[in-house]
Amino acid sequence: MKRSSSFWSLFFESKTALFGLILFLLFVAMAILAPLIAPQDPYDLSQIYLHNSFRPPGSSFWLGTDEMGRDVYSAILYGLRTSLYVGVVSTLLSMVIGLVIGLISGYYGGWVDRLMMRLADIQLSFPAILIALIVMALWGQGINKIIVAITIVSWVYYARTVRGVVLQEKEREYVQSARALGMGSGRVLFGEILPNVLSPVIVLATVRIAYAIVLEATLSFLGVGVPITEPSLGTLISNGYQALFSGYWWTSVFPGVVLVLLIISINLLGDRLREVMNPTGGD
Amino acid sequence: MALLEVEGLRTHFFTREGEVKAVDGIDFALKQGEILGIVGESGAGKSVTGFSILGLIDTPGRIVGGRIHFEGKDLTQLSPSEYQQIRGSKIATVFQDPQTSLDPVITIGRQLVETLLTHRPEMAGRQAEEHAIGMLKRVGLPSAAERMHNYPYQLSGGMKQRVVIAMALLNDPHLLIADEPTTALDATIQAQILYLMQQLVKDFNSSLIFISHDLAVVSQICDTIAVMYAGRIVEYGSREEILSDPKHPYTQGLIACLPALDGSKKRLKPIPGTMPSLLDLPQGCYFKDRCPLADAQCDLYPPERIVAGRRVSCHKV
Amino acid sequence: MLRFILDRLFHTFLVLLAISFITFFIMYKAGDPVQLLLPPDATQAQVVQMRHTLGLDGSFLTQYRSFLVQLSHGNLGTSFVYGEPALKVVMERLPATLELAVLAMLLSILIGIPLGVIAAVNAGKWKGKAIMLFSLAGISIPVFWIGMVLVLIFSVLFDLLPSSGRGEVYLFTSALTWDGIRHLIMPVVTLALFQLARIIRLTQSGMREVLTQDYIKFARARGLPEHKVVYGHGLRNALIPLVTVIGLQFGQLIAFTIVTETIFAWPGTGKLIIDSIQNLDRPVVVAYLLVIALIFVVINLIVDLLYTLIDPRMRLV
Repeated sequence: MKRSSSFWSLFFESKTALFGLILFLLFVAMAILAPLIAPQDPYDLSQIYLHNSFRPPGSSFWLGTDEMGRDVYSAILYGLRTSLYVGVVSTLLSMVIGLVIGLISGYYGGWVDRLMMRLADIQLSFPAILIALIVMALWGQGINKIIVAITIVSWVYYARTVRGVVLQEKEREYVQSARALGMGSGRVLFGEILPNVLSPVIVLATVRIAYAIVLEATLSFLGVGVPITEPSLGTLISNGYQALFSGYWWTSVFPGVVLVLLIISINLLGDRLREVMNPTGGD
Repeated sequence: MALLEVEGLRTHFFTREGEVKAVDGIDFALKQGEILGIVGESGAGKSVTGFSILGLIDTPGRIVGGRIHFEGKDLTQLSPSEYQQIRGSKIATVFQDPQTSLDPVITIGRQLVETLLTHRPEMAGRQAEEHAIGMLKRVGLPSAAERMHNYPYQLSGGMKQRVVIAMALLNDPHLLIADEPTTALDATIQAQILYLMQQLVKDFNSSLIFISHDLAVVSQICDTIAVMYAGRIVEYGSREEILSDPKHPYTQGLIACLPALDGSKKRLKPIPGTMPSLLDLPQGCYFKDRCPLADAQCDLYPPERIVAGRRVSCHKV
Repeated sequence: MLRFILDRLFHTFLVLLAISFITFFIMYKAGDPVQLLLPPDATQAQVVQMRHTLGLDGSFLTQYRSFLVQLSHGNLGTSFVYGEPALKVVMERLPATLELAVLAMLLSILIGIPLGVIAAVNAGKWKGKAIMLFSLAGISIPVFWIGMVLVLIFSVLFDLLPSSGRGEVYLFTSALTWDGIRHLIMPVVTLALFQLARIIRLTQSGMREVLTQDYIKFARARGLPEHKVVYGHGLRNALIPLVTVIGLQFGQLIAFTIVTETIFAWPGTGKLIIDSIQNLDRPVVVAYLLVIALIFVVINLIVDLLYTLIDPRMRLV
């Protein structure tokens, strides 16, 4: 982008946004480097000893251990990996699908548009979590399945936003003249309109990553998300929930704190992006 | 004694880019019943002057110096609640755009009554309503009583401005500040509203500050004229003196821009260039870059002098 | 208007039909409830017998057709698990769910709107920043996590509030008995926090936009006291778009009762749907979804009506 230097300086005028970005990058780094920095591999049963179960936070286990004797800190690092993976991949998928549908729908109109928007209406007349819950409950647990489920409920938001922008841009002079000059619709669509769609889509995607991570965590908490063998932060919280009543608070409180901080960091970025890139709309 | 005396008023805005001296040391006075026109380009500080008198400068702006004497009180020293009591009663205002001046979701009747009762809480509701209807009739709104139940979107632009003027006059203001009250209206409506304001001000014996970018409009109704440029008054005097014998090159330029009233085919001469940014004012006279007479002397801001019965800031007079 | 309502009804009918078909299909594909209902050592004859009583022996289309026939008589089928009409099973538990959702909504509106207004009026000051920080945390904390932390603090650590159940119910609600209220506090707060945060943010951004409008400045110029300017004119205008969003959010609240009810073992529809999905109790799942969809439709209708009530500009259209 040509305005990149002023964009970033404007972006960082907000100290909270800077804080959000640092926090987010820290979490991303932790997730990527998990296998290198985690004291143990929480999936490797040979490294886990039952006699270590429910150790409180201390020098040998910073954040304590769970009922299996698994190091909570290591589990959090790996959980962060799963949560971020699900959030980012499902967001990218729904962004691409929503972009394509929104572009086609808005640019060509006609029955495709009517069909897609009617579909979106029906879907939006239902809470996303309910749809995802039913899909997951009947389909079974799994990381790829939950990514699909989140994509199913998320593409609508992108499609609608993109369609709205396309309808606006289509009437603009530069698009009209490009069409009058005989430019093919593909080139108009991807060369002229797409760049204008990007800002609102990026803002939306940031907010939706946070939403996707929360949705995954919630489904995992309800027992229909990712399997115990590859726990996300939500699974960890859910697993620790029963132990909470016995006073072993650390098994679910620490993953929860990390989850909340992760979401806050993303939302801080999203808020600032919205202010800087797209002062209106996006909600 | 003057009704309003503004002395060395300075209103600055503290923005990210720097300190904007929107109004930077202006003086003028207004007698009871007098109509003062403030003319200048947009950004010259006319509106900010009006809002400063009303005490409605929003952050990041602030009055940083000067005094505003009104009926013996210095307005800049008032507490917020004292100011609030003066606004809408002793000092009232008419904004530029009638489309946006009225609350869109409340009937004009309720907005009128609300304005009245705020300042005269002793009035009964029914009485306030009648007073409001009476005022709507005076500003020439047809079928006033029925109009009370209308929402702003149901009225035309000209009708809305009449409502706004009625609202301003409700509490018999001693001073009315009208900020481009006719700019947003059609030409025919403009003339009607202008005439209406002139009549009403006379009837109510109140003073009027008429802010406009249009010297032609100002010259139709004002007794005195202040020409503002980049936050300062460059020429200030009676209408006759200024129109017939402008001294400041900027005023001369403004008058040269006017279409001749006698219908003679005089060429219109626009003033070259634009007003300097208030963030980046030149050293010396602010007008020198556009002035045909400017020379080395103008690198010093010209002091104000009395020339031929009016105040003017120019070395070349 | 009549056309609008008929149009709406037809659209609603189509949506409900689509939902029933999709759910029916998914549940049909998901598995055989008979395997779950009978003990593992059941004979083949018993399986066939059960399948016949539950009406599961036909093809998918036969089953769906008989569902539609029943539906036309107002019958949504009999629950496989409870042996009672599915609609009755859902409706029995609906008050408990609506109780949570309505109370949470009221709580978030009553606290969220004033806080949003305060945050908008004090934007940039510490008060506004603190409120916005709180709301940012509010939208960032997952509902189930709030519930857990509340249980940890108020039940496990301090033993102040019960962590499960509805407590004593009087008439149709727990809100009328002291024991019921004690049981309600944590679930309602858990459910409300996210909505509260959202309403604060929406109110704040709406108010900030409205407060820059001319009619707000004009209201100040009319001398109205600040609270009348902010609430009487500012909030009144900001509320209009807010009503739509709040209406739609109510649907979200009902959905999130699933989470809240799971945490607090609240005997409402949320727990019912989770159990029914796991037991493949198709009639209950379909009945639940249709009821929820219907509630959605009703809310949308109310929102539209409210809209015309608070926005006069919508009335003539």
